[in-house]
Amino acid sequence: MQQLLNTLLGGLTLGMVYAAFALALVMIWRSTRIVNFAQAPMAMVTTFIALSVIDAGHSYWLGFAAALLSGLVLGAVVERVLVRPVEGGPEINAVILTLGLFIVLHALASVIFGNRFRSFPAPFGVRGIEVGDTTIALTTSGVFTILAVLAVMGLLVLLFRFTDIGLRMRAAAHEPEVARLLGVRVGRMLTLGWALASLVGSLAGLLIASGSLVHPSYMDSVVVYGFVAAVLGGLDSPLGAVLGGLLLGLSLSLVSGYVGSQLVALAALGILVVVLLLRPGGLFAPAAARRV
Amino acid sequence: MPAPTRTAALTWWRHSLLGRHLLVAALGLLVVVAVLESVSDFRNVQLASMAYLGIAAGGLTVLTGLNGQLSLGHGALMAVGAYTTALCLPGPDAVVPLPVAVLASVLVTLLVGALVGVAAARLHGPYLAGATLALAVAVPGLALFFEERLGGEQGLRVALPEIPAWVLDLAFFVTGQELTRSRYVAYLGWLTLLVTFVLLANLSRSRVGRRWRAVRDGEVAAELAGIRLGQARVSAFVVSAAAAGAAGAMMAISVRLAAPSGFTLTLSLTLLTAVVLGGLGSLAGALVGAALLTFLPQLVTRIGTDAGLSDIQAAELSPLVYGLVMVLVVLLAPAGLVGTLRLALLRRRARRPASPVAGIPDPRHIPDSPGPSDSPGRPAGQTHDPATTSKGHTS
Amino acid sequence: MLQIRDLTVDYGPVRALAGVSFSAGGGAITAVLGANGAGKTTLLRTVSGLHRAESGTITFDEHRLDRVAAERMPALGLAHVPEGRGVIAELTVEENLRLGGLARGRVSRGELDRVLELFPALADRRSATAHVLSGGERQMLVIGRALMSRPTMLLLDEPSLGLAPRVVAQIFALLRRLVTDEGLGVVLVEQNARSALSVADRGVVLDLGRVVADEPAAVLADDDQLRHAYLGF
Repeated sequence: MQQLLNTLLGGLTLGMVYAAFALALVMIWRSTRIVNFAQAPMAMVTTFIALSVIDAGHSYWLGFAAALLSGLVLGAVVERVLVRPVEGGPEINAVILTLGLFIVLHALASVIFGNRFRSFPAPFGVRGIEVGDTTIALTTSGVFTILAVLAVMGLLVLLFRFTDIGLRMRAAAHEPEVARLLGVRVGRMLTLGWALASLVGSLAGLLIASGSLVHPSYMDSVVVYGFVAAVLGGLDSPLGAVLGGLLLGLSLSLVSGYVGSQLVALAALGILVVVLLLRPGGLFAPAAARRV
Repeated sequence: MPAPTRTAALTWWRHSLLGRHLLVAALGLLVVVAVLESVSDFRNVQLASMAYLGIAAGGLTVLTGLNGQLSLGHGALMAVGAYTTALCLPGPDAVVPLPVAVLASVLVTLLVGALVGVAAARLHGPYLAGATLALAVAVPGLALFFEERLGGEQGLRVALPEIPAWVLDLAFFVTGQELTRSRYVAYLGWLTLLVTFVLLANLSRSRVGRRWRAVRDGEVAAELAGIRLGQARVSAFVVSAAAAGAAGAMMAISVRLAAPSGFTLTLSLTLLTAVVLGGLGSLAGALVGAALLTFLPQLVTRIGTDAGLSDIQAAELSPLVYGLVMVLVVLLAPAGLVGTLRLALLRRRARRPASPVAGIPDPRHIPDSPGPSDSPGRPAGQTHDPATTSKGHTS
Repeated sequence: MLQIRDLTVDYGPVRALAGVSFSAGGGAITAVLGANGAGKTTLLRTVSGLHRAESGTITFDEHRLDRVAAERMPALGLAHVPEGRGVIAELTVEENLRLGGLARGRVSRGELDRVLELFPALADRRSATAHVLSGGERQMLVIGRALMSRPTMLLLDEPSLGLAPRVVAQIFALLRRLVTDEGLGVVLVEQNARSALSVADRGVVLDLGRVVADEPAAVLADDDQLRHAYLGF
């Protein structure tokens, strides 16, 4: 019983991170119809930037802020310089482009930051919280992870629902030409969308890294989990991505706890295939047919 | 259109596809023998790895270039082939003869490929990319989970059976040299490559290949023409997987090991690089891509160490170059290097008055150029066509 | 005043407009008529900057429009309602309307209320997502959204397409009112020539990218030969 509870608590924390990462993928998919596979190495690079700041003797929080800021800038630059020319073109070109960027960032990080495991500090304790006289698997860092993701999601909802810029961004994503006729600078909105998504991706990267080891490839499996979570939610729905992330985090935690951690990726693949074949519109969509 | 001036040989050349491919393969074999015999053992090892990368890239280019399906999971399929070979060849007194081991690897990978292909046939673009990416990440985990059977992190050692006496004799009489083990392995790799490429070339020019292309170029039109989309997609995936299985077997034989560290995501992405570099859909391009993947790292690493980087850092320069080239190819030459050259050639020919002898190359080989700037629904707002702006001034 | 001179536009390899000239003033409805493929939609798209002209000039008041990006048109007082409705179905009715107002900076509540007053059907559904609207409501929404940017000139592309005659009449009556009461200029592109001429002040007939007639609406409606040749009624 206690093992189950701990497994589920671990899954909840992990699920929040996958949710954030899936959200980043969905934000980009909605606005540019591109799945940004390079999201993982982008987040990895910003985490290494944070680590460099922290290793230089600055506080964890300065590193945290530096990572988020560099995520914002990196996303904007990638969209404006690399992605803009392939937007609206054949989807295979966009996929190849993001994969090329994937390899580039990987190699760059290995050259600059070294191709070895380095430990990343945690902002808070990594020991389980004590409830009565038992220790549960939820750590203070874990609580921070959950709160941080919730806070970012809340801010995004506020931005998109209640601000003029959010309204413009949504219009640009859904109907670029109509938006242009209504005076929306569509190009700028797309750049901003990529920047924000990259920031959310960076946050996910930081939260996974905290109190753990980082390596140029430490986010590679996360992009798979993020993608699976996003597809669970229908790839078009931010709320779906969040729910999909939580569901996936819990499922994978159960697989890891009761079957074997080596099979987590395989389980994710299985879930992905089953969802794509049976409910291609995502778990929460009405059974409308969607081309996947 | 019959041309009376054409000789019988030319007519045969135009009509017998298999004959033409076999002739090219025979010439290729001569080149292979000449090259493998004249280079060092070290180069033979390199050429063996070029062969298995070429086989896998050839299979992938058929899938991606001709059928329009993208797979990031071919590294995983190679792993299936390599592990099958390793299980067939556990010790010096091999359980099964080498050709049987290779065939078994192809067969097992083919079956796995059919399974993946059935799922993949219903997916397109980014969904397919994501699913096959998951495959590439997931498969190495199996080797870790079944540690008893598959050797875990350490992997399985592959024992290369003794070279049969008749092969040694044959090699000696033909070339006048003793056959070394690494040269033997290189021969195995290149023979497999030639066989695979002849089969792939024939398939892709046959009725099956035309269906693959039809599906790639337009699903609705293909369906109206009576082509079953699912069948065409699955068959392309199966063929491509079989090639990956052969490549995996050759990889296992040449590195004598099947271990998870050999089948990282990087391998799958690297194969895609070879295909993109070569130009989607061209077997020759896949070979060029494989050559670049094999020989570029050395060159780039040397440049890196000369520039003062540590060995570990310099070793990362070659993936950096691959990635950069991939990005640049998409941005600047979306038809791939070979494809772009061919396009340029086509344009030059088109400018000249059509010559009666030279047939215009089949335009279906050229992947659709993206031209996003032409599409009216293009979201990006601030594109100004300099030509029209300047005209605006003159009027 | 919108003035178009010698406008030549290519659409891909096809010459869509060949030396088109006409003008449309404020306080009047100018109908642009012609068969399918006559170049009407290309004309509007070129005026609003979605498409570039090969040669010719477009001036609106004192601005040269042929050098202005589409995004800046609303700020100049020009609103283009594209063919096929153009509602953003994922946004609510109110969000669609607010988006129109954002083209001129901030949206005032008074502006929103004024437009909702013009279209009482929309007022009832202001917080519904636009994809639940009927065809007629969608057309009202896009016109209302365009009005939110307080334009002096409205470009309408086939507003009657697929709508019941009663709804078309309702929309045209509203346009007439805005033109007479507020001095709005309207360029109305229509295939449905009969009902367009019933509301328009002037009619410009396009055929294969050229202007074949530019007359007061009543004159056009009485010219049997022209009507049979180009307008199909």
